[in-house]
Amino acid sequence: MTSHERIDIFPSRMNLTIMKTRLKGAHKGHSLLKKKADALKIRFHSILKKIIEAKQEMGEVMKEASFSLAETKFSGGDFSPVVLQNVSKAQMKVRSKKENVAGVKLPVFEVYEDGTDSYELTGLARGGEQLNRLKKNYAKAVKLLVELASLQTAFVTLDEAIKITNRRVNAIEHVIIPRIERTISYIVTELDEGEREEFFRLKKIQQKKEVMRNKQDKIRRKWQEEQEKENLPVNQTPNLLADDEDEDLLF
Amino acid sequence: MASSRSGKLLAVIGDEDTCTGFLLGGIGELNKHRHPNFMVVEKDTPTNEIEEQLKKFLNRQDIAIILISQSIADVVRHVIDAHVEPIPTILEIPSKDAPYDPSKDSILRRAKGMFSAEDFR
Repeated sequence: MTSHERIDIFPSRMNLTIMKTRLKGAHKGHSLLKKKADALKIRFHSILKKIIEAKQEMGEVMKEASFSLAETKFSGGDFSPVVLQNVSKAQMKVRSKKENVAGVKLPVFEVYEDGTDSYELTGLARGGEQLNRLKKNYAKAVKLLVELASLQTAFVTLDEAIKITNRRVNAIEHVIIPRIERTISYIVTELDEGEREEFFRLKKIQQKKEVMRNKQDKIRRKWQEEQEKENLPVNQTPNLLADDEDEDLLF
Repeated sequence: MASSRSGKLLAVIGDEDTCTGFLLGGIGELNKHRHPNFMVVEKDTPTNEIEEQLKKFLNRQDIAIILISQSIADVVRHVIDAHVEPIPTILEIPSKDAPYDPSKDSILRRAKGMFSAEDFR
């Protein structure tokens, strides 16, 4: 449990500095991520609005397109089998580009035409004009749908990105920062306790020294008294080199 | 990815008229195995066939957008809901015979609660 509450680390002054730096970094990262989440959210809402608008427009465009299809069928007979059988190469294709929003890459589709119309001759006999209109209507629908698809893709991607960012923000706010703070307070307490111990030890040593000094003083005083009794000089230090008292050595 | 540089395709799953229309719009293509990028769904097309085709489209690398009629999307809703990757995108389009219902749309359902009802008007 303790390891969850704080980082397992030796309480030293250096580690305290490291922890303080990490706390600072965590705060910085938190604010940056929060800004990123806000930026994404703004983008997200604008995309959502655009999607709703585009969906409404899509309804109208599709209605128009279906209607012109019915029109063409009425004047030109049923040409669906011909169209369905004569598929060869796509004329409308999409390219995907990447757009960067606050570090999140959003795919953007872009429609482009390439190759020739493979149904150039369809409806040559009857209903050519309606068919042309129909083609135009559907081309419009395709363009709109591609736009809508890229919005939708952006929506999904952003949704995911926002979720991840929020998760990170919350993790930093509720797990990482409290843990570092607890570690710092733990180190501070430990250091304080160490200091108190040190102080106490110093006092103890001083006490011991005092006792020793008193003892020595007592011995010295006793010795002085003895010297005075025997009428010897108190402050005379014995000459180490004088050898009056030593007998000569003979071998 | 080579396919992204050369351009990706749109796929259509819908009734005959929807497919015809979009093919006239110029999105139809047969690949080299002669698989089309569209599927015509009749009234009596079995559900598992639609499911299968949709999964095939989802796994194809050259398809970026899948257009599917909403009435058909309702039948294979679980496959659409299970698809979470951004590409290919599944786009529900209104089908000819039924009006578009935004509350059924998988994407809009995910967005539910984020916008109010008046946005639809």
